[in-house]
Amino acid sequence: MKALLTALGCGLLFGVGLCISGMTHPANIIAFLDVAGAWSPNLAGVMFGAIAVHASWLRWTARRDAATAKNSLQPASGKRIDGALVGGAALFGIGWGVSGYCPGPAIVALGSGALGAIVFVVAMAAGMLLSERAHVGPSPLVSTRSAP
Amino acid sequence: MLLAILGGALIGLSASLYWSLEGRIAGISSILHGAISSDGRERWARVSFLLGLFASGFGFALFTNRVPAPTLPLFPLALAGLLVGFGTRMSGGCTSGHGVCGLSRLSLRSLVAVLTFMVTAAITVFVVRHVLKLWVQA
Repeated sequence: MKALLTALGCGLLFGVGLCISGMTHPANIIAFLDVAGAWSPNLAGVMFGAIAVHASWLRWTARRDAATAKNSLQPASGKRIDGALVGGAALFGIGWGVSGYCPGPAIVALGSGALGAIVFVVAMAAGMLLSERAHVGPSPLVSTRSAP
Repeated sequence: MLLAILGGALIGLSASLYWSLEGRIAGISSILHGAISSDGRERWARVSFLLGLFASGFGFALFTNRVPAPTLPLFPLALAGLLVGFGTRMSGGCTSGHGVCGLSRLSLRSLVAVLTFMVTAAITVFVVRHVLKLWVQA
């Protein structure tokens, strides 16, 4: 039960972050990606804020855990840079550029009643199952305590 | 810009708490995939996270009394959804998993993924908006 409430709380916090930064509006994403148009740096600001907090947290807890011989920070997973990584990311980028939605904001937009998000999320789920069926992904699931 | 950085900081805090309390990576594409294709406790932990995301959108729409305007015709949206779902599973992460979590861990794989999807997304927007002039986002 505690695990479910933690996950719910983390999802809520994550979603509030996406909402107040405006990342749930596809137009704001496109504005960042449109380097030949009226470019907006806001998405970079969101990434900066998120990485600054998370990277600092990871370093702080790793140092703390090292003292108790429980080091949780593995710098990088042992997986290789291969065609699936680059090809998958390239396909994701195309879909992201067309719609202005990536997975997190799409699910938040679903909650706020954006009709297009329903179609997008259903199609996204179908794409994930197709990918799993085609065995092109790294693994069925990213397991706990392993970086992506 | 200040709101963007503040919102980002909340996302970073969420990823940090999820890691420290549950030992999991807050990568939304992985969480969604887990909610679809795992079962039992594994599934419910992921469904809970997604419910939190969903509820934040619902609450925000109520609070601001604003429903997002429709953006694209449904066909390109569905096609984009398929590509995002297929691509994020193939590469093992999205903007949150590779972007926020992976870059915070100095993962070279994630850096390669982020640079790749940023470049293909920017090219796609350029082609759609300035070459084909197909549609303009609201």
